[in-house]
Amino acid sequence: MDLKEKLISSFMAFENNVDVEHPVHDVRTEAIKNFEAKGFPTKKEEAWKYTSLNSLQKIDFSIFPKQENTLEYKDVKRYFLHEIDTYKIVFIDGIYSSFLSETTHDGVDICLMSSALTKPMYKQIVDVYFNKVASKDESLTTLNTAFSREGAYIYIPKNKMPKKPVEIVHFATGNEASLMLQPRNLIIVEENAEVQIIERHQSLTTNAVLTNAVTEIFAAQNAIVDYYKIQNDTSEASLIDNTYINQKSKSNVNVHTFSFGGKLTRNNLNFYQNGEYMDSTMKGVTILGEKQHVDHHTLVHHIEPNCESHQDYKGIYGENSTGVFNGKIIVDKIAQKTNAFQQNNNILISDKATINTKPQLEIFADDVKCSHGCTIGQLDEDALFYMQSRGIGKKEARALLMYAFANNVLESVRIPELKARINKLIAKKLGVNLGFDL
Amino acid sequence: MLEIKDLHASVEDKEILKGINLEVKAGEVHAIMGPNGSGKSTLAAVIAGKEEFEVTKGSVALNGEDLEDDAPEERAHKGVFLSFQYPVEIPGVSVTNFMKTAINESRKGRGLEDMPANEMLKLIREKSELLEIDRKFLSRSLNEGFSGGEKKRNEIFQMAMLEPKVAILDETDSGLDIDALRIVANGVNKLKSKDNAVIVITHYQRLLDYIVPDFVHVLHNGKIVKSGGKELAMELEEKGYDWIKQEATV
Repeated sequence: MDLKEKLISSFMAFENNVDVEHPVHDVRTEAIKNFEAKGFPTKKEEAWKYTSLNSLQKIDFSIFPKQENTLEYKDVKRYFLHEIDTYKIVFIDGIYSSFLSETTHDGVDICLMSSALTKPMYKQIVDVYFNKVASKDESLTTLNTAFSREGAYIYIPKNKMPKKPVEIVHFATGNEASLMLQPRNLIIVEENAEVQIIERHQSLTTNAVLTNAVTEIFAAQNAIVDYYKIQNDTSEASLIDNTYINQKSKSNVNVHTFSFGGKLTRNNLNFYQNGEYMDSTMKGVTILGEKQHVDHHTLVHHIEPNCESHQDYKGIYGENSTGVFNGKIIVDKIAQKTNAFQQNNNILISDKATINTKPQLEIFADDVKCSHGCTIGQLDEDALFYMQSRGIGKKEARALLMYAFANNVLESVRIPELKARINKLIAKKLGVNLGFDL
Repeated sequence: MLEIKDLHASVEDKEILKGINLEVKAGEVHAIMGPNGSGKSTLAAVIAGKEEFEVTKGSVALNGEDLEDDAPEERAHKGVFLSFQYPVEIPGVSVTNFMKTAINESRKGRGLEDMPANEMLKLIREKSELLEIDRKFLSRSLNEGFSGGEKKRNEIFQMAMLEPKVAILDETDSGLDIDALRIVANGVNKLKSKDNAVIVITHYQRLLDYIVPDFVHVLHNGKIVKSGGKELAMELEEKGYDWIKQEATV
């Protein structure tokens, strides 16, 4: 049985464990039909030209974990931003871990999707927001919708800001030989409210894991959302991340994606600007080696006038790694005075590494400023010589240059401890100890 | 201290240095002058070990030790310093952190432990005062957005920190106003001792009013065609390089 068939037949088993009378279940049923019709995307589709899911489909993934697994905090502490106090929504093999989590209902709701989807008190909000910005057409998103049951639910009411950042962490224990996870997050940030979120998927072994995640973010007027994705998973862990963001006037949403590991990572990041005078920022640092593959597909849809979008993705590709950047910007006819900027710079440090980068601009308004730039290059030999002439070894000199190259992206990380942590990850990834924290 | 013998160097099969002989003793200041394209900067880069240049003949030795097989960083560890005409910008790495890395890498290269943090801070304070550099400057990203003068001052600050045996200043005067020139020259003069040597590469005589050379060499077409005392620099300033070129072809 292939993975598609297995998923479709698992849907019936899934229905035994959810309330089929709940309105959300109609959404799921619609979604599984769509997935059944479309199946997994293939390389024949333009959007999947450089990323093949074939080898993943050959793995016999468990769709549900056979047992509930536990983890000791001390064993996984290093995956949390433990230098500071945070709210935590933690899942082990897809199942919520109350032991590792720290949720709250104190003025804001930082809790579980399973509660939001079942408890009457959340019904009104779920009716308004659930599956409203996520695609009803894209097959992997609909696959996630069909199995949507668990994930993070964050609701920040008007004028509120949680006291500390929120960490959403998914652990895979490796107790299953191969496991598929489909977390579903819903994040609603009301007028003048603010939230900072750090998301991480972490496999604890090299057993195969495939995560197909969907996150919906709604940012109301004047809301500020900072979302940080840390992708530094093990060699057999793959992630398909589908993030959909609906922004209203004067809101500000920033998504940073740090891709340092994993077998195959696909980021579908979609911004819809439903209002004026707002700012959408998406930035990323990708540092890959081995046979790792990362595919960044971004979309910004400028629907109304006077808005801005900023994209800045830096990639460093070594060994046999492969990268894709596809940045689509749509500016509707009425979206005059749009400023849309896109930048994708790449360094290949191995002859065998490849990157495919493509800007895709569809501009229907005439009074707009749009710029895009893609570069693919090697490290600057003169700069290397400069550092070597100061006594810095070639390896360290290369690392410093690569760090400098990625620095623009790091500068806008607004949690200092997170920035320090990412700097350390970068230094580790580049294999150097520079005697100071980058 | 530095001995260059019949040095030939090429880049992409084009010979740029065509037999340079130069001996620089401890305590001396040498100036290397010459028209554009004569090979001045190439000579500086070859001494510092830039891999782009291939040494096809001859040798560069420091204190009797041939540097041929040494990478640029190893030459730096042994005491060669090159002040760049165009220093490189490194966003995200502060002047202080860059210096810490450079110093500790050099110490590691010499088999020493890292410099203790308090000692490092003391050294940074002391040397930055010498170059009239203020604190804020030290926490800025290396060379990023620096003015021409700041970049050159920072180069000499690095020289002060690394305390080289032989310092080569490649066009350190270019892009400097008179105040910056004075500060930079002052710094170099204070760092000069009987145990080290300085090679000043310049197109103009101006810098040599401040850093007074013991010897002046004129480079033309990859060779030293004339050597003399500091008065040679004055003569060049007055007459330009044409007479040298003519003399060389005769």
